Amino acid sequence: QTGSVSGRVVDEKSQGMPGVTVLIEGTSLGNSTNSDGTFSILNVPAGPHTLVTSFVGYTSQRIPVTVVSGQNATVAGITLGENTTLLSEAVVVGYGTQRRQDVTSSITTVSSREFVQGQITTPEQLINGKVAGVQITSNSGQPGSGSTIRIRGGSSLNASNDPLVIIDGVPVDNNELKGAPSALSLVNPNDIETFTVLKDASATAIYGSRASNGVILITTKKGLQGEKTRVNFNTQFSVSKNYKQTEVLSGDQIRAIVNEKGTDDQKALANLFPGTNTNWQDQIYRTANTSDNNLSVTGSAGKLPYRASVGYLTQQGLLKTNDLKRNSVSLGLTPVLLDGNLKVDLNVKGSWVDNNYADQGVVGTATFFDPTKPVFAPGAGYAAYGGYYQPLDLTSTTGGLVGLAPTNPVARLEQRRDRSTIKRSIGNVQLDYKMPFLTDLRANLNLGYDISRSNGTTFVPAIAASEINRKGVNDHYSQSRDNKLLEFYLNYSKQLPNDLGRLDLLAGHSYQDFRRNTPFQQAYQADGQLVSTKSGFDAYSRNVLISFYGRLNYNYKDRYLVTASLRNDASSRFAKSVRNGLFPAVSAAWRVKGEDFLANNTLISDLKFRVSYGVTGQQDIVGNDYPSLANYNPGESTVGYQFGGIYYPTLRISPYDTNIKWEETKTYNAGLDYGILDNRLVGTVDVYLRKTNDLIALITARAGTNFSNQFFTNAGNLENRGLELGLTGQVVRSTDINWTLNANATLNRNKITNLGQESANAGPGNRFEGIDGGTGNNIKVNTAGYPVGSYYVYQQVYENGKPVLDKYVDRNNDGQINEQDLYRYHSAAPKATYGLSSNLSVHKATLAFTLRSYQKNYVYDNVRSNNSYYTNVLQAQPFLGNATPELLNSQFAAPGEKTRLSDYWVHDASFIRMDNITLGYDFGSLIQESTNLHLTFAVQNVFTVTKYKGLDPEIFNGLDKNLYPRPRTFTVGLNFGL
Amino acid sequence: MKDLDQEPKFGLNTATIYSNPVLQKQVLAKLYGGLHLTGLKPSDDPDPEVRGADQGATSYLRLLWKMEELTSDEAAVAWTDGSIQALNTSQWSSSNDFVQAMYDRIYFQIASTNEYIREMSDDKLSSRGITGGDLTNARYYRAEARFLRALSYYHALDMYGNVPFVTENDLPGKDLVPQQKSRAALFSYVETELKDIEGLMTPAHAAEYGRADQAAVWTLLAKLYLNAKVYTGIEHNADVITYCDKILKAGYTLAPEYRLLFLADNDVKAKNEIILPVVCDGTRSQSYGATTFLVHAASGGSLQPVAMGITNAWSGIRAKKNLPLSFGLSTAADAANPADKRAIFFTTRQNLEMNSLIVFRDGWAVTKFKNLQSDGKPSPTADPTGTFADTDFPLFRLGDVYLMYAEAKMRMGQTTDPTALNYVNMLRRRGYGFDMNQPNAVSDVSTLTEAFMLAERGREMYWEAQRRTDLIRFGVYTSSTYLWPWKGNVQAGTGLEPYRTLFPLPVSDLSANPSLKQNDGY
Repeated sequence: QTGSVSGRVVDEKSQGMPGVTVLIEGTSLGNSTNSDGTFSILNVPAGPHTLVTSFVGYTSQRIPVTVVSGQNATVAGITLGENTTLLSEAVVVGYGTQRRQDVTSSITTVSSREFVQGQITTPEQLINGKVAGVQITSNSGQPGSGSTIRIRGGSSLNASNDPLVIIDGVPVDNNELKGAPSALSLVNPNDIETFTVLKDASATAIYGSRASNGVILITTKKGLQGEKTRVNFNTQFSVSKNYKQTEVLSGDQIRAIVNEKGTDDQKALANLFPGTNTNWQDQIYRTANTSDNNLSVTGSAGKLPYRASVGYLTQQGLLKTNDLKRNSVSLGLTPVLLDGNLKVDLNVKGSWVDNNYADQGVVGTATFFDPTKPVFAPGAGYAAYGGYYQPLDLTSTTGGLVGLAPTNPVARLEQRRDRSTIKRSIGNVQLDYKMPFLTDLRANLNLGYDISRSNGTTFVPAIAASEINRKGVNDHYSQSRDNKLLEFYLNYSKQLPNDLGRLDLLAGHSYQDFRRNTPFQQAYQADGQLVSTKSGFDAYSRNVLISFYGRLNYNYKDRYLVTASLRNDASSRFAKSVRNGLFPAVSAAWRVKGEDFLANNTLISDLKFRVSYGVTGQQDIVGNDYPSLANYNPGESTVGYQFGGIYYPTLRISPYDTNIKWEETKTYNAGLDYGILDNRLVGTVDVYLRKTNDLIALITARAGTNFSNQFFTNAGNLENRGLELGLTGQVVRSTDINWTLNANATLNRNKITNLGQESANAGPGNRFEGIDGGTGNNIKVNTAGYPVGSYYVYQQVYENGKPVLDKYVDRNNDGQINEQDLYRYHSAAPKATYGLSSNLSVHKATLAFTLRSYQKNYVYDNVRSNNSYYTNVLQAQPFLGNATPELLNSQFAAPGEKTRLSDYWVHDASFIRMDNITLGYDFGSLIQESTNLHLTFAVQNVFTVTKYKGLDPEIFNGLDKNLYPRPRTFTVGLNFGL
Repeated sequence: MKDLDQEPKFGLNTATIYSNPVLQKQVLAKLYGGLHLTGLKPSDDPDPEVRGADQGATSYLRLLWKMEELTSDEAAVAWTDGSIQALNTSQWSSSNDFVQAMYDRIYFQIASTNEYIREMSDDKLSSRGITGGDLTNARYYRAEARFLRALSYYHALDMYGNVPFVTENDLPGKDLVPQQKSRAALFSYVETELKDIEGLMTPAHAAEYGRADQAAVWTLLAKLYLNAKVYTGIEHNADVITYCDKILKAGYTLAPEYRLLFLADNDVKAKNEIILPVVCDGTRSQSYGATTFLVHAASGGSLQPVAMGITNAWSGIRAKKNLPLSFGLSTAADAANPADKRAIFFTTRQNLEMNSLIVFRDGWAVTKFKNLQSDGKPSPTADPTGTFADTDFPLFRLGDVYLMYAEAKMRMGQTTDPTALNYVNMLRRRGYGFDMNQPNAVSDVSTLTEAFMLAERGREMYWEAQRRTDLIRFGVYTSSTYLWPWKGNVQAGTGLEPYRTLFPLPVSDLSANPSLKQNDGY
């Protein structure tokens, strides 16, 4: 009673498309197309069917076909068009793929065609501004510096808020890697095919205890069976410039101030080099060049599809002496063996990164270094330090350096060599075996690793003023990480008889092992002598995660869809009795478009409602793998104690909580996916509520009850609620002109609902986030009833519109101004974020841009709060400094004791930023038929509209203290395909 | 599944530590070190003991010094760290971060000593096979841990009064709710505890340098009794005499020169006067507290750090004018060559008057503590970067015992007691550079009065972290008749509310432990 179906799938150029999935709808019958695009499906029950083709990046086709028992039905020339609407493509989900239309959870995919263009050197920037609910903030303008990624606002308080990132099935270690600006910077963005962001718990709960802050699945480009060999060479050259400086006073202005208000000594200092006006910011920055070259070969050697690529990036930082070189290789082999029953997916990625670090402290130093002084100065006093001007103490007989004075920032760049080399490899082999005796059953084994080695050296000569006290620096450091992964799952797909729908079952096991070691290092002088003899211990840490998981998908008539999943995680971080956590999730979708009443509706081309609920966890207490154990740790040899002339090492017990366990986030999500007018307009709306219970929080220990005043335990609740909108419209769709606009918006409200310590005499909560200026001045607080990290400040009093030095509102009316008058005033997290991308193609030319906006993200301007006083210029020690022109406005002589904690420095830093404009031209087949030449010109960081006075309003933690500036970059790119 | 049982590779669990006499002593080193060390390294400890504050500023001794000195007539700090200025101006509240850090540091010490005492019980030592000489040592260690705990409870009762109470019998953990003990009850506890361990300690003047012995226990008892009226309303002056007498018979002698007590080689040159030091070392026992703080923070203005044996000036602490005035000094010329050499000031372009609290040049600099040896050179093993000091801090010293003896006699009405007068005059003669054992009309006094004793304690013990306690005992801490600059947040000084003789319990602990009742007035 069965027949077969065969046919051929071609692209718009009528070339056969290999690797396309072809399925008989509602069954598990299907196959992939061969090298020439042909396919054949056997054992198809007789009767009418719908054939569904799917391929990442292309629109699915649904073709009716009638199978006659014992015969082959041929379907000729199925043409797949490139998909710009994304509604029906295959999407990657945890442990598998799904058709977009079957998805019941909140998932956003961005594939290579939609990636941000231009000079992108770290992967996450590829999707910045493209996904609702995802906030990506680059940490600085330093090459490779990476970004902070937050999905739906962050569900944790003191545990990590980073999402779980999985590259080709291997969860990668996103913790700080010594010697590397960021962990993800070691992956070459050119190798990436898609980013999939799993947002609600229904999508993420299969990753259990690490999924609370979302999951990002990255897949790399692969070769396809039977594909012709394609060579692609991509080269980019960029020029980056610093487009804005922190405003400071000129040398002449400083001399005027000193001559008016200074002491005789200070006047002498100011007039040491008459007429000198050095702009120190000009001295430390440069125009930086970057070149990025990538060569890839994709094809199929016989039955072995492969993709191999090499990349070479050399990127200069704006700061002189700062650069990064990245060599990367990537190899992917994807053979299908054993009559198509065994799919092998082998990936090896390696990178070798050489960094030349610059002392980033010079960003602040140069800004406020005395502008009445030259970079180099004549005389023996300066020659001793290499000829650089240094603040020498003219009031003392010795004429040595002024103790706490900053040293020449140019010297600090040029006299320091700070290099690191990081080698990292991520790889896995994934074997997916379809049981020949039970074709509905697949077994999947995934063995992976993520290994890195970093080594660094720092050298500063003994004559350098910055390290004169320790006679220079000649230090080494290293770090190693060895992470291993073993995953095994079984997948059973069954079309139930009697039209009862389709069932998909998954059950799996996972073992992961993470080891980190940072060997103890001595400190050496430039000549290689020890600074002082000390000993210490390697920082070695290991944790293990053992998991079991399962999932059920049920699809009834392609209209009613249900997904349920369950994961059990056991973590070595917790004590035996509490180390197991269960993370269930369930979701359902109603694909309204599938109903008869909409079937012929031409206005609504797609409509689906989704609801989901699930529980996820978080366990990553940054830097502490043993929070439940009573352990004594040895101090370094520098913190011994003497008894009777002998120094004994010290051993200290650390705080612990025997019963500490996972925090749990319950996520409720409701969503709507729709398409209008043949999907000319497609959109998504999601609302969510995420409640985290048993927060892993650093809370006050009742005095005497633990071995620190604060310890990690489960206490309190936090919630995020939000709304996400995504909209893609094809404004113009014609043969020659296409214009697509993509807009997204996210509103998120974050609130700590309790911290487990509510009582009549409750305090303000733990204050944190130290600021520049004094020590121990914290600017934020966590309090129940307020957003995480609210600024905790005094309310400034103004007269005639000007702030009055150290006058604040007596908020509790007790007649005095003290800590009890501090109040919570906004936070760094934006209340709303928006993204707008445009892609216009006219004939062979393209024009694309990405615009982003944050609203009501507040920034504490530490640059001005710490550098706007006469004492910044007229220092207590015998040297001069600089200050912001704010000084001339406020005329503050010196900061008072509370000045830096005034709300006067907290500003609304809402902004609109044109991230990127790219102009491209496709020359097409210049040399021969199959070649292709594409030329692009891109500008990044084009402009920013903001009322914020500081250098850059986009600062993740809201603390603006001398950010390494993000450059404006001009890029020319050439892509040559053969 | 065995892989789920992970332990730190370089950490040690309780059973391992306490079965090993070598490691027992290393934990003891941390308990003593707790008086100034701040973590597993001097800065950037990823897991600091007292969180929420700059690590260096959480040093026990640095905090104790600030609480005792900045709130008194002797010192002010120019910094604007957190709410530190509220200490200068007597404006602290229960949210003051220094009030909290001191309290947190005291209770870290109490929790750590409790753990040690618990794990070093005779039963546990025996079950862990500690016998013979190891057992003898272990019992001394345990008694010393009890002494250190008593010392911290003494500081708690002196500064905070009515505080939560935990001993080795209270197992640490999230569910433990310590109950509050009244100041008087805590006084009895410390008194009983000290008397209890008196016989368990190493004999007086016999312990290794750096460890407490019977003389340390007696000194603490003498201090407790000297202040008993403040703590309980009842005088204990006879008890002061009793315990001072014991110390006086133990063989301690005054250092030949006053200055030797505060220099980098004081562990040699003043060893015989120091009953209990807080031991510092520029390379092996580093913190940003203790004398490293006292030397750096006292440097600034025209005072070259190199003259203090260090490389950086922190421009922080200097004298309120009451201190030089008590020596009769008011001009730079006076200060250049004072009769009483205990007046160790640096006055070049420093103003006696304190117009601004946050300008280092307002107030004379104090160079009593230096990181230089008595020969004016740095120690041969000094920190090559010139950061950490080698100078030990004399927590208990014979000079203080002399003054306590004299004060107790004075309070008992024996204002011309010859022994008492002799002790006071020996200190004064040393200060003037005279022969300590020869009466000298220039330096000697013949009657002990309350006003004299308070001033004399200032002259002998200034900047040694005792002043607040002294001013309270003499009844002038809050008075509107004895004033100092910025007392009560007025430059000329003004009286304080009487409740200021106690610090408030920090609001952090009040929220964590709602069973606590705040001190009156706060």
